[in-house]
Formats: sequence, C-alpha cells, structure tokens
Amino acid sequence: MGIETEYGVLSPGRPMANPMLMSSQVVTTYRALVQDGRPGHPPARWDYDDEDPLADARGFHLDRASAHPSLLTDDPDAPAPSGTDGAGDTAATPESVERPEAEDYDDPSAANCILTNGARLYVDHAHPEYSSPEVTNPHDAVVWDVAGERVMLAASRHLAQVPGTEIVLYKNNVDGKGASYGTHENYLVDRDLPFSTLAELVTAFLVTRQVYTGSGRVGLGQTGDEPGFQLSQRADYIEAEIGLETTLRRPIVNTRDEPHADRTRWRRLHLILGDANHLEVATYLKLGTTSLVLWVLEHLDDLAEAGVPARAELSRLRLADPVPAVRQVSRDLDLDAGLDLADGTTATALEIQRRLLDLVTRSLAALSSDAASDEVVARWRDVLERLAEDPMSCAREVEWVAKLRLLERLRSRDGLDWDHPRLGALDLQWSDVRPERGIYHRLVASGAVERITTEDEVARAVHHPPTDTRAWFRGEVMERYADEVSAASWDSVIFDVAGAASLQRVPMPDPLRGTAQHIGQLLDASPDATALLTGLRGES
Amino acid sequence: MAGQERINPQDHDRTPEDDDAEAPAPAAPQAADRDAEVDSLLEEIDEVLESNAESFVRGFVQKGGQ
Repeated sequence: MGIETEYGVLSPGRPMANPMLMSSQVVTTYRALVQDGRPGHPPARWDYDDEDPLADARGFHLDRASAHPSLLTDDPDAPAPSGTDGAGDTAATPESVERPEAEDYDDPSAANCILTNGARLYVDHAHPEYSSPEVTNPHDAVVWDVAGERVMLAASRHLAQVPGTEIVLYKNNVDGKGASYGTHENYLVDRDLPFSTLAELVTAFLVTRQVYTGSGRVGLGQTGDEPGFQLSQRADYIEAEIGLETTLRRPIVNTRDEPHADRTRWRRLHLILGDANHLEVATYLKLGTTSLVLWVLEHLDDLAEAGVPARAELSRLRLADPVPAVRQVSRDLDLDAGLDLADGTTATALEIQRRLLDLVTRSLAALSSDAASDEVVARWRDVLERLAEDPMSCAREVEWVAKLRLLERLRSRDGLDWDHPRLGALDLQWSDVRPERGIYHRLVASGAVERITTEDEVARAVHHPPTDTRAWFRGEVMERYADEVSAASWDSVIFDVAGAASLQRVPMPDPLRGTAQHIGQLLDASPDATALLTGLRGES
Repeated sequence: MAGQERINPQDHDRTPEDDDAEAPAPAAPQAADRDAEVDSLLEEIDEVLESNAESFVRGFVQKGGQ
C-alpha cells in the first residue's frame, strides 16, 4: 500500500506566480539539497515504460486520442505501452536496454526526484507530489506519509532563504475556489477478485468511512460559496460511481488498471476520494480499515466455506445512490442521517461502518488474524463507539472533529458566522507544513492530538526506505549507486554502468521482492552497480 | 496486516520505541476541561493565524490537480 499526496503551493505576495514552475522549484530544490556533494551528475529519470494510465480495470483500454490530456501521465512523446510484459517474471534479472543517443530534454514540468527512502517526488499537473514508498502495514504508511511532510518542509525552508522565492506548501485538497487536488491511496489486490465485484461491494465502505477519515472543510459546494462545515475535503468533487478519470468526473472507485507489478497476479486499487490527513490516527485508520475490507473481498469464497456469508452481507449494505450519499455523509455533522440502501432499508454511516467492522472481525476469526490487523480492528471499534456516543470525544484522533471543535469555539467566542474569513483562514492554515504556522502543528505541540509515530522514526524515514518491500531496493540503490542509475520507476531500475555496451534494466514486478532480507547481503557485498548486476544475474 | 502484508507479521521488526508510541491514548477529558483546553489552544492560534484573513483566503488560489 502507499499514499500519493499533491500539495497546495503558494508564494506569499506573488499571486501571479506560475504554480507549475513553483512546483518544479520545490522538486529541484529538494533534489539539490539531498544531492549535496555529488553535483554534476544528471539526476535519474523516471522510467515510464511500464506505465499505462489509460488501461481500465473493467477490461477495455481508453483510446489515447479520446483521453483528456490530463490523463496522459506517462511520457506524452511516447506511444502508450500495451502493458503486457512482466508476466510471471518475479526474479530481478537485469535485461539490456538500448542507450539513448541524446540526453532527454529536461522539461521543468517533468521535474522528478527518486528519493533514497524509495519515494518519488515530482510535479503532477500544477502541484508538487510526494508518492510514498510501498509499505506492508498502516503504521508504516503513516511513518512514510509524515516523512513526505518533512520533505516538503525541507524544500520550502530552503527556498525561503532566497528572497523572492518563498514558497509555502499545504497538505490539503481544496482551495475554496473550485480547484481540488488529490491524495490517492493505492492497494495491491489479488487479480482473482473480479473488478466488478470489488467495485460493487467496496463502495458503501468508501462512502461511509468519511466519518473517521474526513479532514473537515469550511464551505459547502465545489467553490465553497455556501457557508458551513463538512466532514470531507474531497466529497463535493466526487461525481461518478466508477471511472477512469482523476481530474474531472472524479469517481468513488477509480478504474485505472496500472498495477506497477505483475498484472497476471495483481491489480492496484487506486482510490482518489480520500482526504489528505494530518492526524496520524486518521491516516492509520484510513489505510488499515480499507485494506481489511479489501482482504475480506479477496477471501469471499474462503469465508463462505468457513461459514461467514460475507458476499451476502456486503450486498445488503449496497447504497441505493452512492454519489449523492458521498455528499450526504460529508454534511452529516450529527452522524445520524439515514442513507438509502439498495434493498429499500436505511442505515446511518456509523451503522454501516459497525456492520462492516463486525464482518471484518468475524472474518479474521474464521480465517486468520495477526497483531497488526487486530490493532486496526481495536482502533476502528473504539473510534466508532465514541463517534456514536459523543463525536467531540474523538478530537485527538479524528481530523474533522479536531478542526470543528476549534472552529465552533472560535465562532462562539468571537460571534462569527460560517462565512467569516477567519474560519476559512484557519481551515487553510491548518495544513501549512511549517511547524510555526501550521495549526495542526500547534495542536501537536500542545499535546491536543495523538501521534502514533515518533519524530525519530519519521526522521529516519525521510532518508531510508521500508525494509520489507521492493522500495528497499529502489531506495538503497539511490543511496549507494545513484551515479550509475539512469532511471527508475515503481517496478524497474535502469543502470548506466561505465564501459557497458547498453543500459541494464532490472525489473521488479513483485512488490515483495527486493527487500532487505531478500538482497541485503548482495547489496552489502557490491561496492558498485557492476558488482550488483553481476550478483543479480548469478542469483536467478 | 491482512490484505497487504503477504509475509509473516513476525518479520516486521518493530522497535520498543514504536510500541511506546502506540500505547493507548489517555481517556478523553470531561466537557468543562475540554472547553478550557480549546480556549487556550485558540489563544495560541490567534497569535499565528494570518492577520489579514480575508486577503489570505482570497489569495489562496490553486490549479486543479488529480
């Protein structure tokens, strides 16, 4: 699993500053910062060869000519790849790639940095984006997500040292003028689970999880012109039940079928409806509960055999009209609105979540559980119970509650209506990444919100990858052999070794290979990339 | 982690520090205490909140993203 976050970008006093160039400055500044001492070497490119943003999980392929230009996230100069390779190839065997005759033009909108922690920092549309390394559990997801906040802070701090280039970054999803930018979650899902089943049965969960994943937002409607507060940043921008697009007609379930892994074994569920969270428990619960529900979906047949009718129970929770329900839940501050279900009954978002929790609990008991899953379930149950009793008791864990509590007290203290700019300012400044300015950071400093990470583990995660996924290989290679890396991607690293006739591409179609345990010894024994490549050839 | 961690949970090496960080949260304080806590937070926020809230909010313009 992993999280991609597009940050809001602002230059104080320069309202006309070009957001694409500012985003590019953020990326190139951070790249220069971490490459200190190794100047002159061209930075590793992103390897687009395995990207296929127009492949649709429903089984068809969007014609490139009919795609909205924003969907063409792979190299616009290259034809869309057919996306058929990688089948069954789980060994990291290097393969030869022709060396390009000329260096690629360094387009500022394509600024890119592959970090030693396995993440990718780049410009996506008009925002700097941090795509976290792949992790195996929600605790690590939080650690490497917060590490991304520190990466953005470091870039922003460095830019602030030069007069006229100050750039402030915001980890949020809306500007209140109609624009929205995303925080996407990615989950590796078994290919055996038909996409139609997945989409049909996961939707009610995704619509109702807002009650603990929402970051809170001042303003209603896409442009925020209707005064008020709602649970979620992103709800008003969700306009379809299912679809390929991410920048318009945004769907609850995104169908982009670009697994960045062996596509015969996995799909990547790409969720675009979530909010950027600062509260660590919110991120933890968002990733943890979603992966547990996906695990149930992957085991529908096993569960039926074990006497848990998960498919039937999930079918009964299907919503009559999911898209309006997203807005309905987001506006339900009292958490008591009845949602129409497809079977003609109604249930509140909390009731649907409790039934899902109950199903997950029984499913884990019937098949198998582990400490990490049990921990998520305990947290999930605790938060749902307290949201039902007194939502305000969740201000340490649930972000919209933490935000609303401050806003309500500010309103009553100063007699402010919901359209007062101080409330809007607090909402925006909530997500300022600078500790001295960000409202969230003030709450952390006061001990008003719970942290589940330590600053030490976050500081380590800024520079080091998780050890138990292929992100370890990507990150360690950037740490140890950066000068010999010509390009990398989620599922490949391309080496350019002096004296070799061609480039050497190491495919990584299995997200759980390339771990410290798998090839740590080989890396430790390889003083340079040539030795590493020889070792990889010998291993397979 | 069911669903994502397709390896033994024991393989995930956790330091004692991590476990400390995940100790249960203290019980939620009572309503009156909570109000006092929020008031003192607000006083702190007053000091950092953009002084010209209106122009800050108006000037916060982003391009749409994904």
